[in-house]
Amino acid sequence: MFGIIGPDGAGKTTLFRILTSLLIPDSGEATVLGLDVVKEFKKIRERIGYMPGKFSLYGDLTVDENLSFFASIFKANIKENYHLIEDIFKDIAPFGKRKARDLSGGMKQKLALSCALIHKPDILFLDEPTTGVDPVSRREFWQMLERLKKQGITIVVSTSYMDEALLCSRIALFKEGSILSYNTPKEMVSSFENTLLAVSGENMPELLKMLRKISIVKSAYSFGAQHHITVEREENKGESDKVENRENVGNGNNIEKTNREIKLQAVIANVTQQLQQMGASSFTIKEIEPTIEDCYLELSSVK
Amino acid sequence: MNSKESQNRNIIEVESLTKKFGSFTAVNSISFNVKKGEIFGFLGANGAGKTTAIKMLCGLLKPTSGQGTVAGYNIATSPEMVKRNIGYMSQRFSLYQDLKVWENFRLFGGIYGMKSRDIESVTAKMLKDLGFEKERNTVVESLPAGWKQKLAFSVAIMHNPAIVFLDEPTGGVAPEARRQFWELIYLASQKGITVFVTTHYMDEAEYCNRVTIMKDGAIEVIDTPQNLKSNYGVNSMDEVFYELAKV
Repeated sequence: MFGIIGPDGAGKTTLFRILTSLLIPDSGEATVLGLDVVKEFKKIRERIGYMPGKFSLYGDLTVDENLSFFASIFKANIKENYHLIEDIFKDIAPFGKRKARDLSGGMKQKLALSCALIHKPDILFLDEPTTGVDPVSRREFWQMLERLKKQGITIVVSTSYMDEALLCSRIALFKEGSILSYNTPKEMVSSFENTLLAVSGENMPELLKMLRKISIVKSAYSFGAQHHITVEREENKGESDKVENRENVGNGNNIEKTNREIKLQAVIANVTQQLQQMGASSFTIKEIEPTIEDCYLELSSVK
Repeated sequence: MNSKESQNRNIIEVESLTKKFGSFTAVNSISFNVKKGEIFGFLGANGAGKTTAIKMLCGLLKPTSGQGTVAGYNIATSPEMVKRNIGYMSQRFSLYQDLKVWENFRLFGGIYGMKSRDIESVTAKMLKDLGFEKERNTVVESLPAGWKQKLAFSVAIMHNPAIVFLDEPTGGVAPEARRQFWELIYLASQKGITVFVTTHYMDEAEYCNRVTIMKDGAIEVIDTPQNLKSNYGVNSMDEVFYELAKV
């Protein structure tokens, strides 16, 4: 499961169109399933499933008619492949005689996914399947994808919701037509360069303004109930070499850890003191693990 | 701030508000108040009845039964006065892409019934505050998405309405722009403009003074994010939402 993560206008849909052979690239090359997207477009189209961001069904056809239509284009047998879509289609099967345009948003999505799957594609392209979808339905949709993945289908999915990145095996962060970074979510989080601290307190908007005035604070953004601030690791210079040594050195391990801890405490003390000088009273600061959104913010500020 | 009496005035008062479409009840007897300057989050799953409720509050849809006033005007009997005293922005409807920045201000100012002189001075001030003075003559279409959002919000509050309705204003917006947008919301709230906002980002629900979650046409809960989290014994609004929706 490969995720293409980025805001609107980053170029996600254009990339999808190129990979699904619907748009010819100006330059460069790409292959899907080993097939060239320009020269072998006919073969590609037989073997991929594509669910575009916009409603892709025929509104004036019924649910059943839409499914039969897509199956017949690909010369697929619905009965033979039904096991693939059963999990998804069973919820809309009772509405088989209803026109597609009269379905609710969630049901349209399930029908579109069923239609994209009915010819048993080797790879499935889903362009922003969860945009505008509420958090609970989004979670259900991703559980559905997880089950498809287990059936051996490769899934390429795009989203502007950064939290969904964690559900992908690998992700590419997209900004203004280029890839900022491309890795497993776990590796991306661990390659975060700065020290990340979470600050929370009583008057959050005021606290944010104060944090931005502190010179060692590189960036300060609100993240729900907390503010996330980054502090340059220069503070802890040389630390990266030490991390590698950690495993080899028995007792040294503890010392390095302590050193890191001391430096971290110094940074926290520094920020605390400056906040107090500006008049902030009750607040807490602690080190946290970055989210993908933190990574996106860090990478896009460098660029 | 909330010690001042004027700050405690209700901008929205709703009592047993109901909307039926044939035999289907989209909004089922909802009641709540929103205070002046409050940032009020209006959440719920797709199909819970949020859009129908917002349309009634904006004077675009007549309630089947129940009472409601927005900015002091009855939503059933004076919908035109409601429309004049609110601002509205959504992802789908915001600016005219083929007009220049200043032309959008001019057009919306006119729609809101502002005087030409006021429109000019407000436009100049808002562009200055945003640091967009250079883009005055730029066609909106060619601006980055994050800028468009900010401009759309400024246009929605240029007539200094009592309340602004924001329907999923940040969907698909880049992380940094999304946060800058919320800073604008805070500024508006500090100026006394009430903000009524829907979102699917649960971190943004945390930024609201109070939040309500709708389910099947009714209001399930209404409280501060802090209280909701502690009542459900969870750490984030995302979990609150999930707990509520799964039952």
